[in-house]
Amino acid sequence: MIRIDNLVKNFGAKRAVDGISFAVERGEVVGFLGPNGSGKSTTMRMITGFYPPTSGRVLVGGHDVAEAPLATRRLIGYLPESAAAYPDMTVEGFLQFAAAMRGLEGEARKKAIARVVERCFLGSVLRQSIDTLSKGYKHRTCLAQALIHDPEVLILDEPTDGLDPNQKHEVRNLIREIGRSKAVIFSTHILEEVDAACTRAIIIDRGRIVAQGTPQELRAMSATAGAVTLQAHGATAERLSALGRVESLDGAFRIYPRDASQAAALAAAVIDLVGREGWKVQGMYSERGELDEVFRRITLPDTVQK
Amino acid sequence: MKPLWIIAKRELAGYFSSPVAYVFLVIFLLVAGFLTFTAGAFFERGEAGLGAFFGWHPWLYLVLVPAVGMRLWSEERRSGTIELLLTLPVTTWQAILGKFLASWLFLALALALTFPVVLTVNVLGEPDNGAILAGYVGSLMLAGAYLAITCMTSAMTRNQVVAFILAVVLCLFLILAGFNPVTDLLVRWASPAVVDAVAAFSVVTHFDGFQKGVLDSRDLLFFLSVIGFALFATGVIIRGHRAG
Repeated sequence: MIRIDNLVKNFGAKRAVDGISFAVERGEVVGFLGPNGSGKSTTMRMITGFYPPTSGRVLVGGHDVAEAPLATRRLIGYLPESAAAYPDMTVEGFLQFAAAMRGLEGEARKKAIARVVERCFLGSVLRQSIDTLSKGYKHRTCLAQALIHDPEVLILDEPTDGLDPNQKHEVRNLIREIGRSKAVIFSTHILEEVDAACTRAIIIDRGRIVAQGTPQELRAMSATAGAVTLQAHGATAERLSALGRVESLDGAFRIYPRDASQAAALAAAVIDLVGREGWKVQGMYSERGELDEVFRRITLPDTVQK
Repeated sequence: MKPLWIIAKRELAGYFSSPVAYVFLVIFLLVAGFLTFTAGAFFERGEAGLGAFFGWHPWLYLVLVPAVGMRLWSEERRSGTIELLLTLPVTTWQAILGKFLASWLFLALALALTFPVVLTVNVLGEPDNGAILAGYVGSLMLAGAYLAITCMTSAMTRNQVVAFILAVVLCLFLILAGFNPVTDLLVRWASPAVVDAVAAFSVVTHFDGFQKGVLDSRDLLFFLSVIGFALFATGVIIRGHRAG
């Protein structure tokens, strides 16, 4: 549905997006990660056609965004980072406007509005003017606008920003549900969201893609991925070091596998050793790897320079 | 074309969603009345015409039209809704024209509400109603020209006040280029051809014809060109922001 080729965007002398290429198919939810100012929003704005690219191409549904902007915009539902909505309108009036602009009329418009009102939990504020709404409601009003024409492509710039934990949960479920049949790209700072909603994540730093893969693949890049943490009475680092490199934590030990092939068998080997030594186990876990550790390692300036 | 009207409708409804529109209409009518009857000495003139009414319009609009148009684009940019608007399936031109037409229609409504003046001259005497109609057409064109310039300044900044001041200054130039005290001053050191050329850029020069009841295609063309040029510039400015 979305195909991006070598996309570049300059603002004056500053290069905000520096040669990004990727594709998103129907049925995929792609999480866009990256520090502030890394080019996430700029990339999304180029997909929606708000910014023309300096060079490179964006295809949405087979149409070039630069050549057929109206055709691609019809396919896209977009929640901008600002989640802006006209403050002088009521929620209902705003959704009427969005539906009309999408060419929905009569019964179809009524149904579309009823659908997004239910999905975004806006029933209680329909007749309220938008400038009197709390941030969460404003955000969901703008999200409802993006969903009103049941778009094939959904571009969401920080869709859970400013929501409370329950609302975040609902929006994630919504994204996952929509992602089953549509192509979705959303950006976030919250790494757990990648686990909760994405089929794939792309990490961007300084305008370039620095890593991408499924959440599991990204986690496996973590230094702690595959390690076993053991808290046991009587355990010593000396004994454990036979299995791999041992790190002493506060009252516990973390054993790192020597290489990836050994990782799968490490937990069994630790249990085996515990049994032979007769240690009293208080806790033991296999580390899946930390996404935020991967994120920090990839996007911190000094590590990237190497 | 349809999105254009949806945008225009939304914009027009926006004026009436707050009391500001009604306050504006009242102020417009009060000031227009004051200028006509008191400052313009309508009754003392003893003329069955609306010279005292239309003569003030270039000055009246100088403040009131930028006040109507200043928020058109600056507010969209300040609140970020411009990103929403321009990623909907509309072209930039449809958005620009839709907003412009909504504001122009609002000004037309304000102007239409001055109809008691027309009734007054018709009760008191036998005016040339054709000339009055021409005056109204000219006045509407004048308002459109100022409004298009305000659209342009509004696209330049996020700040409505800055947009307002810029628009007033630009419109003032368009008045002064043909304002008699200024042309009299210019004649002292420039050749009459230069003075005429400068005056040709003035809204006053072109509005005069309408007031006399003459619908000259050149005057009409002048106002339409100003509107066209200013709206085109608006488009260029909006594209410029996005191109970076």
